[in-house]
Amino acid sequence: MSITTTLSIDEIRAQFPVLDQQVNGKPLIYFDNAATSQKPKQVIDALSHYYNRDNSNIHRGIHTLAERATSAYEETRKAAQAFINAPEAEEIVFTKGTTEGINLVAQAYGRKFLKAGDEIIITSMEHHSNIVPWQILCQQTGAELKVIPINNRGEIIYEEYLKLLSDKTKIVSAVYISNALGTINPIKEIIADAHKAGAITLVDAAQAAPHEKVDVKDLNCDFLALSAHKMYGPTGVGILYGKRLLLEKMDAYQGGGEMISEVTFAKTTFNDIPYKFEAGTPNIGDVVAFKAAMDFMSQIGHQFLHDHEQRLLDEGTKLLSEIDGFEPIGTAESKASVISFNVENIHPFDLGMWLDAKGIAVRTGHHCTQPLMDIFQIEGTVRASFAVYNTVDEVAYFAQALKEIVSKFRK
Amino acid sequence: MSDIKEIQDEIIEEFSMLDGDMEMTINYIMELGEQLPEMEASKRTDENIVKGCQSKVWLMAGLENDKVQFEADSNTAITKGLVSLLVRVLSGQTPEVILNNDVYFPEKIGMNRFIGTQRSNGFAAMIKQMKLDALALSTKTNA
Repeated sequence: MSITTTLSIDEIRAQFPVLDQQVNGKPLIYFDNAATSQKPKQVIDALSHYYNRDNSNIHRGIHTLAERATSAYEETRKAAQAFINAPEAEEIVFTKGTTEGINLVAQAYGRKFLKAGDEIIITSMEHHSNIVPWQILCQQTGAELKVIPINNRGEIIYEEYLKLLSDKTKIVSAVYISNALGTINPIKEIIADAHKAGAITLVDAAQAAPHEKVDVKDLNCDFLALSAHKMYGPTGVGILYGKRLLLEKMDAYQGGGEMISEVTFAKTTFNDIPYKFEAGTPNIGDVVAFKAAMDFMSQIGHQFLHDHEQRLLDEGTKLLSEIDGFEPIGTAESKASVISFNVENIHPFDLGMWLDAKGIAVRTGHHCTQPLMDIFQIEGTVRASFAVYNTVDEVAYFAQALKEIVSKFRK
Repeated sequence: MSDIKEIQDEIIEEFSMLDGDMEMTINYIMELGEQLPEMEASKRTDENIVKGCQSKVWLMAGLENDKVQFEADSNTAITKGLVSLLVRVLSGQTPEVILNNDVYFPEKIGMNRFIGTQRSNGFAAMIKQMKLDALALSTKTNA
């Protein structure tokens, strides 16, 4: 079921208090959404309401506030289940974010089931969070990491992926949408081919969840990790989805409260999923507020999000291409609303500083994808990434500002 | 060469005229960078890189008539301008003067405001390196 919004962009913008300010004497234009998105009032209100009225530790409490807090916390789990179309709420594990979700799988699944000689496949465009946990696992188990190469547009070379797959492949962990390039990977095919080889799959959906309808049943992935803070939600909360059978087979991730069934000094039996993976008091307030973020996205509707952001991407790509020396990095045919670029003979740092002086927030650097930057033989890029509250006017202002900045360097 | 305090006060005075305007400030910093001579490519080695910045900064120090001469460069225009300020303050001073004086102008010109905390740490790394170079060279002047 998709609800098409009747809201205008102005009405959507009005829900984001942070956007209404001046930076360096200019109206703020926030184009750093791939790093973190801004939060609508309903998310801020939900967080504030939780601490004002309901704060209590969850589960096992018998008093009214504990009951309210527990119920709100579990409501978010159900909302997340519906949001990504997971078969069961128990398959939703709350984490700190995508990074923790990937580490959890690497340690609680990988360490138990992988051995020397096994192989793990990732793509060339992974964020460090989908590289380092596997490197650690490889050191621990003697497994080997294989990397799918990309072409100069920033798309994976699918035949090379198929060549890497074998009966040694145990895990394929791939990014759905690249944070540095915007490339949308053919994730459903990647998963299907991994399964044919007998491997399990993990999807890094950190950048996909804010833009695309993520449907784990349709993707048929075994694990999927995402972060609330990139989806208009609070920082410090994420979701790891895992198929029940796999989650049940896995070891506990961390020991502590909540994750146990019974503890004696001799032996501990672990709680059922998902609690087995949620040791200690979780980030209750932010989990509760995360539901408001998913509600916000559902109210707007994925189709609207997608269409609006694609329009910003198309407009931005067109206007920026007219700038002297503009070099886009990542020109995949299937691309999300991220424009990563360099301008000939100007360092990204200088461009980022100048844009900030004009009130425009972008990110500069390697975007936690150093191996990818090495492939393109660059130190970094300037990255403008768009969200639903950005406007075509902002994109035009940005292109004009960049043109003026570039002219300062072309004397 | 002028007194190390005088030069710093001069810089503070120059920046105060920019009235905190970011664009004017960056413009000015870039102009200062353009005036700093380019370092020879052979000197822009990994060995001469000062760690701690998003951009690359190369730094070399030598002695001339018992005064320290700094040479510096950067691959970004804004950083090069900022670095030129340090060269202006510290180059041509004796090792003793460099070691015994505070470099207080970055804070006074609101460096934190326009280069961000992380990068002003890079600036601090630069100052530290320049003082270390002065210390190493001071043993030569005393010899």
